[in-house]
Amino acid sequence: MADEQQLCTFYAGGLYFGLDVREVQEVLQYQDMVRVPLASEVVRGLINLRGQIVTAIDLRRRLDLPERDADVDPMNVVVRSDDGAVSLLVDEIGDVLEVDERSFERAPETLRGRMRDLVEGVYKLDGRLLLVLDAQKAIDLPLPRREDE
Amino acid sequence: MALLDKLMNLVGELVLARNRVLQFTRADSDPAFVTTSQRLNLITSELQEGVMKTRMQPVGTVWSKFPRVVRDLSLQLGKKVRIEMEGEDTELDKTIIEAIKDPLTHIVRNSVDHGIESPEQRLAAGKPAEGRLLLRAFHEGGQVNIEVSDDGAGIDLERVRARAVERQLLTHDQAARMGEREVANLIFMPGFSTAEKVTNISGRGVGMDVVKTSIEKIGGTVDLQPRQGKGTTLRIRIPLTLAIIPALIVVSDGERYAIPQVNLLELVRLEGEQVRTGVERIHDTKVYRLRGNLLPLVDLRTELGLGEPADEVDVLNIVVLQAEDRQFGLVVEGVTDTEEIVVKPLGRQLKGIPTFAGATIMGDGRLALILDVLGLAQRAKVVTESRERSSHSSLSTTGAEQDSTQTLVVLRVGADTRVALPLTRVARLEEFPRDLVERGSGQDVVQYRGEIMPLVDVARALGVPRGDEPDDLMQVVVHTSGGRSVGLVVEDILDIVEEHVTVAAVATRKGLLGSAVVQGRVTDLLDIEAVIQSQGIGLALAAAAAKGA
Repeated sequence: MADEQQLCTFYAGGLYFGLDVREVQEVLQYQDMVRVPLASEVVRGLINLRGQIVTAIDLRRRLDLPERDADVDPMNVVVRSDDGAVSLLVDEIGDVLEVDERSFERAPETLRGRMRDLVEGVYKLDGRLLLVLDAQKAIDLPLPRREDE
Repeated sequence: MALLDKLMNLVGELVLARNRVLQFTRADSDPAFVTTSQRLNLITSELQEGVMKTRMQPVGTVWSKFPRVVRDLSLQLGKKVRIEMEGEDTELDKTIIEAIKDPLTHIVRNSVDHGIESPEQRLAAGKPAEGRLLLRAFHEGGQVNIEVSDDGAGIDLERVRARAVERQLLTHDQAARMGEREVANLIFMPGFSTAEKVTNISGRGVGMDVVKTSIEKIGGTVDLQPRQGKGTTLRIRIPLTLAIIPALIVVSDGERYAIPQVNLLELVRLEGEQVRTGVERIHDTKVYRLRGNLLPLVDLRTELGLGEPADEVDVLNIVVLQAEDRQFGLVVEGVTDTEEIVVKPLGRQLKGIPTFAGATIMGDGRLALILDVLGLAQRAKVVTESRERSSHSSLSTTGAEQDSTQTLVVLRVGADTRVALPLTRVARLEEFPRDLVERGSGQDVVQYRGEIMPLVDVARALGVPRGDEPDDLMQVVVHTSGGRSVGLVVEDILDIVEEHVTVAAVATRKGLLGSAVVQGRVTDLLDIEAVIQSQGIGLALAAAAAKGA
C-alpha cells in the first residue's frame, strides 16, 4: 500500500488539483467572510471557523488564474499549517482519490509563473491530469505590498 | 500553566457566546429569557475575572532581581546607588510580566550606567554621593504604570539634539523646533546612543529602540520625562491584560472595526451645520478645533484604501484617539457600542499590516478586525510629525471655575437635580445591577475590575430629594484618583456636552462648586473631592492605599 496516496481533489479555473489528505483539515461550503483592507489581493477575507480566525486565500488569484464569476460562491479547502488553519478558496470540491505513485511525474520545466512554484507534480489519470499543489507554499504569501513605498 | 491557558481560551469563548446571547435579548423580550441571560452575563463576567486573577502576578516578581543587578553594576562602575520600590504588589497578567522583564532590566541598567553620576560628580553638583533609583508601579485607568526614576544628571538635551542631527535623523530646523520632552524621546529612535564611551553594561547591542518596540508589542507606551540636572523618569504604561479587552466598535464602509479602549479619549459627533463649520482645512489636511487645539482628522475609509470620504455628510463621527503623545480624530461612519472583545491573532499572511492588531468575533458570530491605533497613526503620518503640543487634557482638569469650553458629563441626581462634572474627571461610565452591591467596611461597595470599589450616593451626599423607586440597574460614574476608583451613584446619565462654562452662582451647598448654564438649563457643578470626602471615603481610600503599599 506504500505506493498508494490519498488526495483531496478540487477544481479552480478549469484545472483539477489535489492535496494530500493529511494536509487537509476539512472542506467547507461557502463561508461568510470579512474582508481585510490593505492586505494582499490574494487574501479574500477572514472566516470564523468555530471560533478560530482563518485567513482565506483565493487559489485562482494565488495562481494568477482568471477571476471567478462574481455570482459563484467559492468553497473552502481548509489546510493545516504550523500557524493555524488557512483556507484555500476553490471553485468546486471533488472526490477523495486514491492515486498510484507510479502515475506521478514532476511538473514539466516549461510550466511558468506561479504554477511553476506551487505545483509539485502531476498525476496522469485517465483522460485528465491532476495537479498536486504544495499547500505550504500556496498559503505562504510574500509580505503584503505597502502602497507608500 | 498549559491548563490555565486553556481555561483562559475557554473563558474567551464563553465571553463571545455570552455576547451573542445578549444580542438576542435585545430582539427577544421574554422576561424569563432576559433574566436568565442577565444571570449568564454576570456569571461569565465573574468567571472571567476569576480566571484573569489566576493569571495575575505581582510586578515584584520581576523587580526582585533588580537590587542585585543594581548592586553588582554600581560596584563595577564605582558608583553608589540605592534602589527603592513602591507598589511591588501591583498585579499584571503573566504574559505581560514575561514581556516586560527584559526591557525593564535594560532600563534599570541604563539608569545606573548613564543616568546616575559618579560619587565625585554628584558631590560636586551638590547632591548626596549615593544616587537613588526609584521603581514605582500603580494602576491608572485600567492600565498599569511602571516608572523608573533616577536622580542622576538627566538627559543632556543639547547633546541629544546634536546627535540626532549628526545621525541625520533630523534636520537642524526640526531639532531646534522640538520641545524638551520630544527631544528626550529621540533616544528611542533606532540607532541612537549618546554614550560617549560604549560600556559593556547597557551598550550591549540592545538600544532603547528595542525597549520601545517590545513595550509597544504588548500594547504599551514608553515616555521619558527629563528634568535637566535632576534626573529622568521613564514611564511605561501597559494594559492589565492582553486576552480580553474593552473596545469601541465602529463602522466604516459597512464593516465593523474594534478600537481598543485604552487608545480612546472621547467621541465627538457633529451634526448638520456643525459638519460644515466645524471641519476646517489646511491645504489637504482636515482638522477640527477641539477645545481650541487643532485635531488632525484621519478618515478611516481612506486609510484602509476603501475610497475617498464622502464630502456631503449630515453627521460626522470623530473618534478622538491617542497614539504616543499625539491625538488625532478618526472619522468613521458609525459608532455602535463598547464591548469586551477577545483578541485573536491574525495569520502570518496578514502579519505585515501594521494597521491591524488582530481580529475578534462579535456577538453575531461575524468577525471584526481590531485596529492598531499606533499603526494607523503611523500610516496616516500623524505620529511622525515633530510638533510640540502639550497634552491639553491635563489643562482642562483644573476644575469648573475655569472659564473656557469644557466637555461635561451631565447627570441627574435625585428627583430632578441636574449636576455636571468635567469629562476629564470621569474614568468610565458603568451600569451595575443593584444586587451586586455589597457592604464592606461600613460602606456600599461593588467588585469592579478586580478591586473593591466604594460607592457614593450623590443624592444623599448632596442632600437632594430622592426620586421615584430606583430600577434594577444603577448608573455609576467611575472616578479614579491615585490608582483607586470610587463609584458615584446617580439616577441618570443625561448627556455629554461641550460648553463654554461660566460659573454663574457660587456654591451654596457642600459638594458643589457652583452653578452654570449648561444646555440652556441651570446645572450644578459637582465638587468630586468634597462629595467623596463627605462620605468618609477619602479617609478609607487613604487607609486602603496605606495598607496596600
